[in-house]
Amino acid sequence: MIALLARDLRLAMRAGGGFGLGLAFFLIVVVLVPFGVGPQGALLARIAPGILWLGALLACLLSLDRILALDWEDGSLDLLATSPLPMEGIVSVKALAHWLTTGLPLVLAAPVLGILLNLPAPGFGWLVASLALGTPALSVIGTFGAALTVGLKRGGLLLSLLVLPLYMPTLIFGAEVARRGAEGLAPGTPLALLAGITCGTIALLPFASAAVLRVNLR
Amino acid sequence: MVLSVCDLSVARGGIPVLERVGLTLLPGEALVLRGPNGIGKTTMLRTVAGLQPPLAGRVEAAPESLVYAGHADGIKATLTVEENLRFWAQVFGTNDISLALAAFGLDPLAARPAGALSAGQKRRLGLARLLVTGRAIWLLDEPTVSLDADAVAMFAGVVRAHLAGGGAALIATHIDLRIPEARIFDLAPYRAAPLAADDFDGAFL
Amino acid sequence: MNLNALWTYANPKKFIETTDRVLPVCAWLAALTLAVGLVWGFFFTPDDFRQGATVKIIYLHVPAALMAINAWLMMLVTSLIWIVRRHHVSALAARAAAPVGMVMTLIALVTGAIWGQPMWGTWWAWDPRLTSFLILFLFYLGYIALWEAIENDDTAADLTAILCLVGSVFALLSRYAVNFWSQGLHQGASLSVRPGERMDMVFKLPLYVSMAGFVLLFVALVLVRTRTEIRARRMRALVARERMRA
Repeated sequence: MIALLARDLRLAMRAGGGFGLGLAFFLIVVVLVPFGVGPQGALLARIAPGILWLGALLACLLSLDRILALDWEDGSLDLLATSPLPMEGIVSVKALAHWLTTGLPLVLAAPVLGILLNLPAPGFGWLVASLALGTPALSVIGTFGAALTVGLKRGGLLLSLLVLPLYMPTLIFGAEVARRGAEGLAPGTPLALLAGITCGTIALLPFASAAVLRVNLR
Repeated sequence: MVLSVCDLSVARGGIPVLERVGLTLLPGEALVLRGPNGIGKTTMLRTVAGLQPPLAGRVEAAPESLVYAGHADGIKATLTVEENLRFWAQVFGTNDISLALAAFGLDPLAARPAGALSAGQKRRLGLARLLVTGRAIWLLDEPTVSLDADAVAMFAGVVRAHLAGGGAALIATHIDLRIPEARIFDLAPYRAAPLAADDFDGAFL
Repeated sequence: MNLNALWTYANPKKFIETTDRVLPVCAWLAALTLAVGLVWGFFFTPDDFRQGATVKIIYLHVPAALMAINAWLMMLVTSLIWIVRRHHVSALAARAAAPVGMVMTLIALVTGAIWGQPMWGTWWAWDPRLTSFLILFLFYLGYIALWEAIENDDTAADLTAILCLVGSVFALLSRYAVNFWSQGLHQGASLSVRPGERMDMVFKLPLYVSMAGFVLLFVALVLVRTRTEIRARRMRALVARERMRA
């Protein structure tokens, strides 16, 4: 499993691995927002938590189809499925690798982009906390979507259609934590609910992803 | 007994293609599956490998003894030959990849990115993976595609050494591999008859 | 009664034979109940003292909303049956129910908007109930899209069944997340038993009749669509068999 994780990370770093693509997309989305809504600081400060969460979510979505599709195309997935690794472990490692290469950089970049959007000072800590807690769920849910659409020729659009509704609870609670944090309210309740969703998806969804992948491989 | 297949029926795309296939494979034996295109050689191998469930019958083998090699080699173009092999060695819990590199003449290519290999070299890398898995039963689907005559001989030598070491192989191929130990197993007699229309779910299959 | 005998209806042939008899009855009953319920509701109930005649859209809105949710529940049950017992008719019934459920959701949303305009002065508000239905609509959309995208029938049945299970959990989560996210305008459930909010019998009886009508309509539509799916599937199987023989 560690070998698989190391390989996935190495592949992401090498040329053509698409590492950093999500980060660049996040940056561009956030930079485009003030062009759309105008440069007023007060307005930007109000919508900043939501925009940052939405940008992170879309950046995450962008790289989902790479989680499994590349391994599917070159036959690695067949070989992994017949290897001693359990399928649940394979999808969990895939999700973890996706989080490390996409989610984690987004978490780290978010405060910098928060400055661009005039995020109020108390919001920074909560923004990072909510993203750090929420993005693993995005990766795990995204792996489920990738497993559903792995055999399809043009699964990218369908993947978004399937995954976005599943992202809704995470987005609602995550953005709520960041918003309350920015407005100086107590963000404890949504933070607990967000953590609950993340733990729940990490614990249960790999079984669904593995089942779906087995169906797609046969 | 290493591998035993009893009354196995397999389906491709929901349609039964082979039924009541029975075969046994003993240590040191190789079996070459023969049959026209579309008879279900690949489906059969994938079922034996556990990638798809059989319609009926069962496959018995010692746990963790099978390794499957399909049409695609599972090679990552941006990793070097050595990294590719080492990954599979780690997945299967073995360490030594030097034997595998030597057996398929990959030593001079070890540091080259796999994407820069020719089709035949890639295939050799894919086959070298079998050696690093340390598994006893090889399930090979058209292993010699895009190999030249020398490489085929190299492959035959590796298979013979594997058999001599107590291993076994189930190979779907059209060409003569020149492995004298290998028995031929013709799948044509096992072609599935269409299901009766009044079968319980037969209306669909 | 032997419950196992129920499973014989999962045989496609038996299902078609049985529904040959059931479907006309069901369809006519649906037409009759709907006609009675809607005509009664629209023309023979007094106007509400506050809402005037606009209240009468309730006879479309509430039954549609009811079926929008129950259709998903039915898909959940049939998906479970497919996963556990692998009866093809069950999977096809889930596939057949999805577009009907989606249209019901759409009807609930549209009639709600038409009702909301005079009542709240807006076509749409990000109210928890409204938002939940919008989310439900998106789930239907994804589910149907996945069915359409996969060629192999059994694979599609398996994947959509699992999507339905996972989707149900997330739909429920979204429902509560949305509640948390916004306090709404929408009144409580129209048929709640809490005193004070209760509807008058004059309004309630025709509503029950329309609800029964919508249930029957749903059953009839799902039966028709399941029969179509069974025949389409059968046709694909026959074509595939011919191709194999050739």
